[in-house]
Amino acid sequence: MSGPSGGGRVGGGGPVGGGGPAVLVAGVSKVFNPGRTGQVEAVRGVDLEIERGEFISLIGPSGCGKSTLLRLVANLTDPTSGTVIVNGKTARQARLDQAYGMAFQQSGLFEWRTVTKNIELPLELRGWDRVRRQSRAAEMLKLVKLEDFADHHPWELSGGMQQRVAIARALAFDPPLLLMDEPFGALDEMTREHMQAELNRICEATGTTAVFVTHSIPEAVFLSDRVVVLSPRPGRIVTVVEVELGARNDDTRETPEFFKKITEVREALRGSA
Amino acid sequence: MNPSAGSGAGSAVGSVLGSVARRVRSVLPPIVVGVGLLVAWQLFVQVRHIKPYLLPPPSAIWHQIASNRSGILHAARVTGTNALVGLLAGLVLGVGAGAVASRFRWLGELTIPVAVAVNAIPIIALVPIFNNMFSTTSAIPRRLMVTIIVFFPIFMNTLRGLTQVDATKEELMRSYAASPGTVLRKVRVPHALPFLFTGLKIASSLSVIAAVVAEYFGGLQDGLGSHIVSAASNSAYGRAWAFVAASCALGLAFYFVTILAERVFVPWQPARRSR
Repeated sequence: MSGPSGGGRVGGGGPVGGGGPAVLVAGVSKVFNPGRTGQVEAVRGVDLEIERGEFISLIGPSGCGKSTLLRLVANLTDPTSGTVIVNGKTARQARLDQAYGMAFQQSGLFEWRTVTKNIELPLELRGWDRVRRQSRAAEMLKLVKLEDFADHHPWELSGGMQQRVAIARALAFDPPLLLMDEPFGALDEMTREHMQAELNRICEATGTTAVFVTHSIPEAVFLSDRVVVLSPRPGRIVTVVEVELGARNDDTRETPEFFKKITEVREALRGSA
Repeated sequence: MNPSAGSGAGSAVGSVLGSVARRVRSVLPPIVVGVGLLVAWQLFVQVRHIKPYLLPPPSAIWHQIASNRSGILHAARVTGTNALVGLLAGLVLGVGAGAVASRFRWLGELTIPVAVAVNAIPIIALVPIFNNMFSTTSAIPRRLMVTIIVFFPIFMNTLRGLTQVDATKEELMRSYAASPGTVLRKVRVPHALPFLFTGLKIASSLSVIAAVVAEYFGGLQDGLGSHIVSAASNSAYGRAWAFVAASCALGLAFYFVTILAERVFVPWQPARRSR
């Protein structure tokens, strides 16, 4: 996968061109409701370094804390111990600077906004003027191939199209980092494979660093430069599988290397249980 | 609706005809059913020789409506004003209370049980007490009654709409580092609008019912309710039914205006339902 393109990013004023990792997770643990009856240790002692332009998947059994790990990077929740650094800033500062885009399992589109207006929302919040917002939204719609649906409302779109809008929205302000929590989890298999190819193409085109939570092994292998395998709760990193498949397309799914990596991830998951 | 309708393009005429046909198809069945019911009612009363104090025929009611037109219109205007003033006051109070209760979660948890308990009281029973609190020429007791009754559905739905934003949208706004004020403006208020109209649709019908029934318990006697009572007690059953019919029409009018307002203010909601 191509490295970061460097110039042209609107990265919240941080040292984007610097040599540091995109994400640095060091000794991070998360305990929910500490000392109370509902105490749950979700993540334990995770160290992870993600390079710029890398595509990383987090995979593990359900309830293993992979979503929590993603939320820690996004600063949607705070770690109990350890530190999270995003593009050289604390996770909190990175969130305040809007240094990442995020997509969820539910598209989270606003029913009262058209597709274009949904994509414009993060730009509105950053104070972009109307002309600039509209031209960027049009650009993003082209990227996710939904130009013909600009003025439609979300409910007029299929689930796959809604997710494409959500990804376009997440990428609209050109964030250096894209965080995704099972964005294709609710889609059927055919749509899902199509969306994976689309996402792959988009990340190649933009050079965005991506962290992708999934429970699908083929999905993780197809998309990623590295697959991070987590243990059952409390989530710890069992192993990191390096995937070198080169440029990916639908034929990639039938190569021996693809199956070999799937087996490798599967065995790591089994070994952790 | 279609500005090109008259300009003669074949396809435009066709589409206009199509939309007219669609409208007729959706409006016709309820009209047919309604007319059928009236005919059946008329025949039933005539064939079975039902006494007018039990059930007057629609023709007699219609006759009374025609001969009491100005009286009915005046009473409907009075009751309509009472219902409207009470409804607007209840709307302001309900939305205001909902907004405050959504801002402070403990306040919401505190007020909901109280609101539910108050709603369980047959509030209409308070009218005689209100009548004693104000002078006999005051319209306030009836309007106050309407306000109290419509408050509950408006308050509950506003609160629900402002607070029950799904988690994904909340997290998304958090990821954008949006301020609480921005979240309110861009997410909570638009999210609450369809809920508010759900409450308003209930409240609009309730407001007319409350305004009519409040007059049964004394107070100023110039609206539809008091005319129903006085006509019935004078054995003028056709006239009583004429005023009942006017009350129905007034309630429907309130409801339809609310639906129209919903289409204007929540354009994404009705469209979704019709799909």
